[in-house]
Amino acid sequence: MSIDTRKVIKNAYRVTRVRGKTALRIRVPGGHIETRFFSLIDEIASKYGDGTAHITTRQGLELPGIDFENIPEINKMIRPLIESLGLAVEVTDTGYPAAGTRNICACIGNRVCTFANDDTTTLAREIERMVYPNNLHFKIAVTGCPNDCIKAYMNDFGIICTVEPVYDQSRCISCGACVENCAKAVTGALAMKDFSVERNREICIGCGECVRKCPTGAMTRSHTKSYRMVIMGRTGRKNPRMAETFLKWADRESILAIVRNAYTFVERHIDRGLDKEHVGYIVDRTGYPTFREEVLQDVRLDEKTLVAEHIDWSGYRYTNDAGLR
Amino acid sequence: MGYQLSREQFDRFLDRLKEDYRVFGPALDEDKGALSDSDRITYKEVSRLGELVLDRKSYFSPKEIFYPLRETLFRFCDGEITVPAIDEKKTAILLRPCDINGIDRLDTIFLENGPSEDFYYKRRRDKVRFFMIECTTGFDSCFCVSMNGGRTDRWDVAFRFGEQILAEVKSEELEPYFAGCAQQPFEPQFVTENSKKVRLPEVADITADVFKHELWSEYTARCIACGRCNTSCITCSCFTMQDAAFGAEGKMGERRRTWAGCHINGFTDMAGGHRFREPKGDRMRFKTMHKINDYYRRFGKHQCVGCGRCEDVCPQYISFARCINTLSDVTRERKSK
Repeated sequence: MSIDTRKVIKNAYRVTRVRGKTALRIRVPGGHIETRFFSLIDEIASKYGDGTAHITTRQGLELPGIDFENIPEINKMIRPLIESLGLAVEVTDTGYPAAGTRNICACIGNRVCTFANDDTTTLAREIERMVYPNNLHFKIAVTGCPNDCIKAYMNDFGIICTVEPVYDQSRCISCGACVENCAKAVTGALAMKDFSVERNREICIGCGECVRKCPTGAMTRSHTKSYRMVIMGRTGRKNPRMAETFLKWADRESILAIVRNAYTFVERHIDRGLDKEHVGYIVDRTGYPTFREEVLQDVRLDEKTLVAEHIDWSGYRYTNDAGLR
Repeated sequence: MGYQLSREQFDRFLDRLKEDYRVFGPALDEDKGALSDSDRITYKEVSRLGELVLDRKSYFSPKEIFYPLRETLFRFCDGEITVPAIDEKKTAILLRPCDINGIDRLDTIFLENGPSEDFYYKRRRDKVRFFMIECTTGFDSCFCVSMNGGRTDRWDVAFRFGEQILAEVKSEELEPYFAGCAQQPFEPQFVTENSKKVRLPEVADITADVFKHELWSEYTARCIACGRCNTSCITCSCFTMQDAAFGAEGKMGERRRTWAGCHINGFTDMAGGHRFREPKGDRMRFKTMHKINDYYRRFGKHQCVGCGRCEDVCPQYISFARCINTLSDVTRERKSK
């Protein structure tokens, strides 16, 4: 059997532990899929796979137990699935055009969740159309609020939807619901002074909980949305770590431009000698200032946006295992 | 006198009216819902017919127009006391019959309950004219018919909104603003049946032992004391006082009153740290009894007018209508025993 493994991997199939068998990875940007595709997925899994589907860690669907020789037939069948992504590139019968950039993950967002500050599904799909197809290994996730249910902090680019509250003193009845909740469950950014609420913008994380708690509409949402971008979180065999804050109170246009610029940054700095190199390790090499300068090039940040001066990623270095006793 | 106005004529009518009146009506507050990408219908100053939202119920009632959430009663400085002036213009409010009845319940509390009228309430309330929006169907959560709150004749002008707008003018001071409009007699209709029906308990059957009934414990488990039922209610009138001092010597400052609510934490706080009605069920009982029992005993009418806003806004899906029905069942059952 002759298989060009690099080619099939880029086609979103995988080399599995069972010789001769592959598995198809179906992209589900935002983790939200129209159920009309279930019958098609069932047909592929039943006819060519082992009749099962695995829900992947990045919210895709993986169909195992497929013979490599059936790839061309399956690629024809999945055309509607690829078309549903709404990509800028022409869709053909040859299957997924790339696999490096991983499925864009998102929590369920404000279509359902009352905490969410934005429609994460729509934003995830927008990012998908912007960055895919691409062979570079990027992990991007969108989460609706700082609860971060999607674990944006474990991604190269984590986008946390936030909202800046607007306070109307004339509607405030000094009930303290917002202050109490912020102190107990958030960062304690609110304080009651002379029966009015004062917000410490420096430690307000824009979760929007004060708006939800307010019984009079004294705390409301600003008309524009804002985002926190956390960067270079990762798992892996060297130095697993949480992402760190890069931007706060950023606008949507800017975060999208930054993700686009990050692809250019990686193209410029990637070590071609390696099989693949994650963006986080590239930033480790170039240093954060270079990354910042290059991804912010031509980006017109909203004037209220805050940018990290320095980032000191910590995490655990597995070489520290040497100190284990 | 009755009139028929085209939509354009109505806008011109508003233009004339706004020279002497501040005009308020239910309108869209974009992005101002508590949840993201949601709006809210609130009472706002309106200038155009197109701004009015008539197919949704307002989240808050119109009471805030003349009974502000937070109002400075007076300011003091070196022994001098000043009462803040208010806008001299009169106030026209586009509102439904239930809210007119609700305002009657507020009037009773602020103007007729006790030896003197509430100066601050009265000076704003006297400026208010009711522009009644004809309401013949209500909304899903409405139970105005059961509360006798859906019908009133206390309006200055009654409107029927459609492709043409019909207006019946009762108040002479408002006749001139309709000059030039075609005459067309019009008798406003009222809602005769809601899908939601409430069985009121006989007030005489509500005895002190009902206060201890287990029915209230459900609300101890369910209510989160957010207070939205109070702040959205057209008839809740409770307020608290705030004294704020400014300046290094504290000789300058102001006294304010702000809305308070029996479901909200701190409502019963007293000097020495005493508190009453800590369990939320006790708060539900207190509110219920005020709305459909002791207000009636004092004034001969129920306080609740059945606008249903408390049910619309409750994040815990607590239905006041269901609570009344449960109480009704309990009292009837006890009576039959």
